[in-house]
Amino acid sequence: MEVVQQRILTVLDNDSVIHDTRSLVLPAEHVSAKSQDGQLIIQGALNSLLSREMITYTTQEDLVHVLTPEGAQVAQQGSHEARVWAAVPAKGEGTSLSVKDLKAKVGDDAAKVGQGRAFKNGWVGKEGDGLVKLVSSIDDVTRHELQDIEATGTLKAGDKALAELRKRKLAIQKKFLWFTVHKGQNFSLSLEKLETDLTVEMLTSGTWKTSSYKKYNFDAEGIPTNGGALHPLLKVREEFRNIFLEMGFSEMPTSKYVESSFWNFDALFVPQQHPARDLQDTFYLSDPAAALDPPPDLYENVSTVHSVGGNGSTGYRAPFSRSESTRLLLRTHTTACSTNMLHRISNQPGGFRPVKMFSIDRVFRNETMDATHLAEFHQVEGVVADRGLTLGDLIGFMQTFFSKMGITNLRFKPAYNPYTEPSLEIFAYHPALNKWVEIGNSGMFRPEMLEPLGLPKDVRVHGWGLSLERPTMIRYGINNIRTLVGHKVSLESVETSAAVRF
Amino acid sequence: MPTIAVDKAELYHSLGRQYSTEEFDQLCFEFGIELDEDTTDQVNEAIKRGLPIERPQLKLEVPANRYDLLCIEGIARALRIFLQKDIPPDYKLALPSGGENQLLTVTVSPEVAQIRPYFAGAILRNIQFTPQSYASFIDLQDKLHQNLARRRTLVAIGTHDLDTLRPPFRYEAKPPSGIKFIPLNKDKSYTAEELMTLYESDKHLSRYLHIIKESPVYPIIYDSRDQVLSMPPIINSEHSKITLNTRNVFIDTTATDETKLSIVINMVALMFAEHCAEPFTVEPVKIVHPDGKTHITPYISPRDTIAHKSYINACTGLSLSSPEICSLLQRMSLAARVSPQNDDELLVQVPPTRPDILHECDIMEDAAIAYGFNNLPKTFPATNTVAQPLAISKLSDLVRLEWAMAGWIEVLPLILCSHEENFEWLNRVDDGTQAIKIANPKTLEFQVLRTSLIPGLLKTIRENRSHALPIRVFETADVVVKDKSLHRQARNVRHAAAVWCNKTAGFEVVHGLLNRLMQMLEIPRIAIGDNKIEMGYYISETDDATFFPGRAANIYYRAPRSKSSTLTQDGVIPEVSGDTKIGTLGILHPSVLQNFEIGYPCSALEFTLEPFKKEMDPLWNSQSS
Repeated sequence: MEVVQQRILTVLDNDSVIHDTRSLVLPAEHVSAKSQDGQLIIQGALNSLLSREMITYTTQEDLVHVLTPEGAQVAQQGSHEARVWAAVPAKGEGTSLSVKDLKAKVGDDAAKVGQGRAFKNGWVGKEGDGLVKLVSSIDDVTRHELQDIEATGTLKAGDKALAELRKRKLAIQKKFLWFTVHKGQNFSLSLEKLETDLTVEMLTSGTWKTSSYKKYNFDAEGIPTNGGALHPLLKVREEFRNIFLEMGFSEMPTSKYVESSFWNFDALFVPQQHPARDLQDTFYLSDPAAALDPPPDLYENVSTVHSVGGNGSTGYRAPFSRSESTRLLLRTHTTACSTNMLHRISNQPGGFRPVKMFSIDRVFRNETMDATHLAEFHQVEGVVADRGLTLGDLIGFMQTFFSKMGITNLRFKPAYNPYTEPSLEIFAYHPALNKWVEIGNSGMFRPEMLEPLGLPKDVRVHGWGLSLERPTMIRYGINNIRTLVGHKVSLESVETSAAVRF
Repeated sequence: MPTIAVDKAELYHSLGRQYSTEEFDQLCFEFGIELDEDTTDQVNEAIKRGLPIERPQLKLEVPANRYDLLCIEGIARALRIFLQKDIPPDYKLALPSGGENQLLTVTVSPEVAQIRPYFAGAILRNIQFTPQSYASFIDLQDKLHQNLARRRTLVAIGTHDLDTLRPPFRYEAKPPSGIKFIPLNKDKSYTAEELMTLYESDKHLSRYLHIIKESPVYPIIYDSRDQVLSMPPIINSEHSKITLNTRNVFIDTTATDETKLSIVINMVALMFAEHCAEPFTVEPVKIVHPDGKTHITPYISPRDTIAHKSYINACTGLSLSSPEICSLLQRMSLAARVSPQNDDELLVQVPPTRPDILHECDIMEDAAIAYGFNNLPKTFPATNTVAQPLAISKLSDLVRLEWAMAGWIEVLPLILCSHEENFEWLNRVDDGTQAIKIANPKTLEFQVLRTSLIPGLLKTIRENRSHALPIRVFETADVVVKDKSLHRQARNVRHAAAVWCNKTAGFEVVHGLLNRLMQMLEIPRIAIGDNKIEMGYYISETDDATFFPGRAANIYYRAPRSKSSTLTQDGVIPEVSGDTKIGTLGILHPSVLQNFEIGYPCSALEFTLEPFKKEMDPLWNSQSS
């Protein structure tokens, strides 16, 4: 490469311009500067000189003809008809050559095409079962034309003959690049080595002052960083935690994947015959299978409100079973933990004090898994307990909470939930989908749930929840939950998932 | 939530106007039902393509506790009242012309107590079915069977052409061999034993056989000529089946739950009493109990209750007058008037079709729905609190950040795993004292709750074969172990774990990761044998089948004296010296790698974070209940 660069510099020094790089003679190369390959070698050398600003050049473009592989073969060995002519004996000089023998001699393709043309040209004729020469010498025009093209990229015979060769798929038209070269601002005859980086040696020796530097490619990517990465779902969790903490919410302890039916359902006033308790929906445990008894007073309060009601409620007026109550399961919602906290808060020394609490943790559903459902997911939950809270507070509060995520257009639909009354489904207007989508659930906990826990009658409790996975899938444009949660997640997606800023 | 398909034209006709899909969707949204689908476009498409067509339907999702909205009759009625085109109907019992003495009687035998003790009946007189209302009648029974009646276990419904039967009736329980009749849609009679075999292959009925199959006696209802009406909860008889021409319908309901029995008989009777010659009237039935006592079913008197203006206003944040609240409640089918004695008291009559109203809060919600949730004043609670993150979360986040900064990638495998992954594949033996086992998993992937984070990390590496080496992954999350001392018999323990996978095993790499974290937690390294240092950690060689021989170590923690007494609660095993083992690290055994189909050497580190939590207010201490 360097010799080519040196050659270009020498010619430029003599002539001060190279109008056509095809005129160069490439040193120590097997390639002719007339060929496209030769020009590409020259282009490489030009680019290298350009990066040092030693030259400038402009690219020129010609349309030329080049041979196809078949054309190249003809240029070398002669046309098919000429090869047929050469293969057969002269008339009267021996036995004519059968078609079968001809094929064996010149090949199937050449025999097939060449026979017809040789006949047409009057070069060969039939004798008996075979072919013989009719003339003693021929002019193989096709071969000469192709050799002409090979050497010059065009044909003296003109466009008509070229079109005929293209039609016969012996030559094709192609772009041919060549260059015009001028001296650049740093033109010099000497090709000194260019430095690519500033080194400690250059600083110590002082050569940095005299060295020339290779032009930096600002178009290239930088080197990837070495650091690790946090999981995208947990980055979204972090954002939710921050929203809660900003709003004065304390984090609830939720490190209890195993729950009793009592805390997961009964204490929330979910009837013992409720479909959510089915084996189809809830994971029950075989070992251990049963919980220890709940606190006796609390059990008594809860079982009473279910079976016969009280405090203004009719209750469910259905049998309440202790063995159902102590069945162990994997919690189906973190509200089991919230309920437990409400019980502790009402029984703390000094009695109830207002609280705002949140949690984000795993819950389990024995669902059939698909692209949007796994058997485990994360629930985001918030709870506010205070005297005199109103439904207006809940709605106003939801608007503030979701506006921190950038969701401002909300509406609320009446819904049913066994432990909240009223229950409100939260819908947000999705500008991209151009429709209202459900983003969470909320409500005021029922007195039948709160009073047995020991909360004073005038304390009202708001709760709301949503899944962590759904907003995360929307954030990262993920359609299949398995590419977000679980062991099938690609590490690369973890490494490249963007930061989350609501 | 149940989904109900209703005839669109018929519903709009009942509501007295046409709606665009958007308008109707808005109405549903305000009332608290959900328009799932409007099939009009599909029907139009079918017409264009010349396919067989059905009438356009609206598919509506209704709240699971609103049994009065499970049929078009109930939905249309509730929406008409909500739109103030109608007032709540006055449901009445109509005695036969001859008075109480002519009531149809059903005598209950003592044997039914063993299998299905409760019975209720009702009669719809001079009913006129259309093909649509007939289909709706059948569909309502099915919806009630599936939802409230928990697939007929709690309640079963039978309906009969009363004119084919001769009262009085008897509700008995007899051995299956002694029961024989022609069941619905068959042309010969079978004994109950034969029926149980016959229906085993019936896709629909086989689901209910278990309810009575093992009982020595089966429930059965006869008329005075010993004609069978039905064998609840399985099948009715062919003889008394209702048709489009049936004019007088006898409804039988049998149950194991008395409350749900009365809800079901009321729904079936009161929804379809609309089609009787005298709408909203039901002829009652007299039930004679074994002890000779009698009672009348169905019981449809409204339940009188009191709601308070002050409570409703306090909960909603409104300041409505009592009459205003009464008119809101009226729109939700609750008749209400202001008490003449006390303006704060609203005398509410809960109709027999609204068993979902259990408490004053349900009445409050209805007032809020009628007012419009989206019209409520939006306020912000004055509750002022100081936020407090959990100690374990802060500690976890510290580990996550330090390790991510050290170049490791956080992953998030599942908590549930197979028994093999948690034990056998790690060369660990299940001694029955650790892992929580699932009783009803749908797949073998979910047999136990993990007791180690290592399997999830190894599975993640297995699925990321194409990732460039080295692979460095970690997780900071909970494992679950048995704990007999706790109500829940189990306890979560926060672990931190990491696996390094490369062409060389790199024990020193995971060791370095441990050192780095301890440095960040200000826990000094103790030289082996140094018994003077008060607090710190060290590792010491161990034999562990999960790891390569001679390349495994336990991690020990020596807690400051004052804290050490609390440590055993955190699931760490006290050592003789008083130092506690908190985890292990080492080069994974090649057989473990083979089990997890990993072709490169790996080193693993896992330990509990529980000893390093900062103390918190006991109220927020996670393990107390």
